[in-house]
Amino acid sequence: MFTGIENAFVNLPQALKADWPGNVWWHWVIFTLIAIVFFLGSVIMFIFMERRVLAKMQARIGPNRIGPFGLLQAIADAVKVLTKENITPSNADKIVFWLAPAIVFAPVLMVFAVVPFANGAVLADLNIGILYAIAIGSLSTIGVFMAGWSSSNKYSTLGAMRMVAAVISYEMPIVLTFATIIVLTGSMSLNDIVIAQGKYWFIFSQPLGFFLAFVAGCAEINRSPFDLMEADSEIVAGFHTEYSGMKFAMFYLGEYGEAVVMSTIIATLFLGGWQGPFLPPFVWLIGKIFFVFFLMIWTRTTLPRVRIDQLMKLAWKFLFPLALINLFATGLEVLTFPNGLPWYFIPVNFGIGVVLVLLWSRLYKVGWGRIEIQ
Amino acid sequence: MALTIGFYLLAFVTIGAGLAVVILKDVFRSALALVLGLVAVAGIYITLNADFLAGAQILVYVGAISILLILGIMLTREVQQGSPANKYKIPSFLVSIVFFGIMCFVILQSPWKESTVLSTEPTTAKLATTLFSGNGYILPVEIAGVLLLAAIIGAIVMAKEK
Repeated sequence: MFTGIENAFVNLPQALKADWPGNVWWHWVIFTLIAIVFFLGSVIMFIFMERRVLAKMQARIGPNRIGPFGLLQAIADAVKVLTKENITPSNADKIVFWLAPAIVFAPVLMVFAVVPFANGAVLADLNIGILYAIAIGSLSTIGVFMAGWSSSNKYSTLGAMRMVAAVISYEMPIVLTFATIIVLTGSMSLNDIVIAQGKYWFIFSQPLGFFLAFVAGCAEINRSPFDLMEADSEIVAGFHTEYSGMKFAMFYLGEYGEAVVMSTIIATLFLGGWQGPFLPPFVWLIGKIFFVFFLMIWTRTTLPRVRIDQLMKLAWKFLFPLALINLFATGLEVLTFPNGLPWYFIPVNFGIGVVLVLLWSRLYKVGWGRIEIQ
Repeated sequence: MALTIGFYLLAFVTIGAGLAVVILKDVFRSALALVLGLVAVAGIYITLNADFLAGAQILVYVGAISILLILGIMLTREVQQGSPANKYKIPSFLVSIVFFGIMCFVILQSPWKESTVLSTEPTTAKLATTLFSGNGYILPVEIAGVLLLAAIIGAIVMAKEK
């Protein structure tokens, strides 16, 4: 059964050339549909998984009433949110206030244009794929800004300002680790990157890169422990304090959508994307995406929220230098062995990673409970 | 055909956004219009087959520079008053009209050479070779890098002096 689906999936791009009856880009239509359905489905599954796994880790039960195992809880929540009153603050900048949720949500969906579900099964195999993903992903920050500013609420503005501090800082290590992968594969197309992981996944040859990308990725998408910009206890909910009803739902969807995107990109770059034995490729991809998200839930339950100075120090004093050194070391290795790295670089890189992390955790301190104010 | 329509659409959006940046009273909305203009310019790059340039444009200008710009607006005091008009309204209008005329004249008069070579599909490698090879532009790139580093260090020193 699976091989049939797999063959259909792999042959789709070849079968759906542009000059089909009616001269419609069937390939685009079908893959856009697949991307949207996949995105919405995984967002709902992510919300369900987050609540249930979080509950299990905190020795609770979690939502289990609606549908089997509480699977339909997210849909019930969505219906509830849709029926809520739509409030716009009287001081708000109305146009910007209304546009903000769409601008947060749309880029998240656009990233899926370059994610391969199987070999060649991708909406647009851009040769700047990973650059496109990073660039489009950075657009949603503008939406957060618009929300924070137009609400004319001090907590919203504070949340938006924290957001920019985090995003600008964590963009650096993330782009540098992705650049390391580009150096290894010599291509920016996500499909080529996955094909290059045929022998072994990059998590083995780039353990430090995976670690840095995961930490910086969690911070980039405001996952706890880096969710300062929507810290409920300090600034009420950050940039979406004033939003209600459908517009709040868009933010909520966008937030989990960013989690889906970050998990997908990490799974594609480091965990071999659709590569894997026995099962069809897209099952492997989905499994890896959920595994990365499980790691995110795990860190969320384990670690307390960091302070803003700790957030900045972690980005600039820990992740950034390590990412630079990792890029440099990988560049040297690739220059020495231009025809692919031999296997013994897996333990060597693992050693480099462990030594660097230990060394840097000695060198840098986050200032235990003390904030220096000049 | 589709490319021409796309170009005119993008050009229209770019010019409209550029005008909005200047005309709008609300500084924050001006900044957002600037973002729209920059995105439209990236679209024009895509119609010219310069996909890497388009990606870099979005990443650098929209993702970083305009965000810093908006952050600057947020930190500005009394920004709610917008940008009030002052007595230089007419002189600045004249200067901009003259500048616009000069630009139009230059663009229309210069003999644009049309390259007969087809544009290469993956532009990234070619761009990198041109920028970083020995007989390319490696020296200006390095000089720009050193200049930026000096500017950053200078900014830190100025911010630290209290």
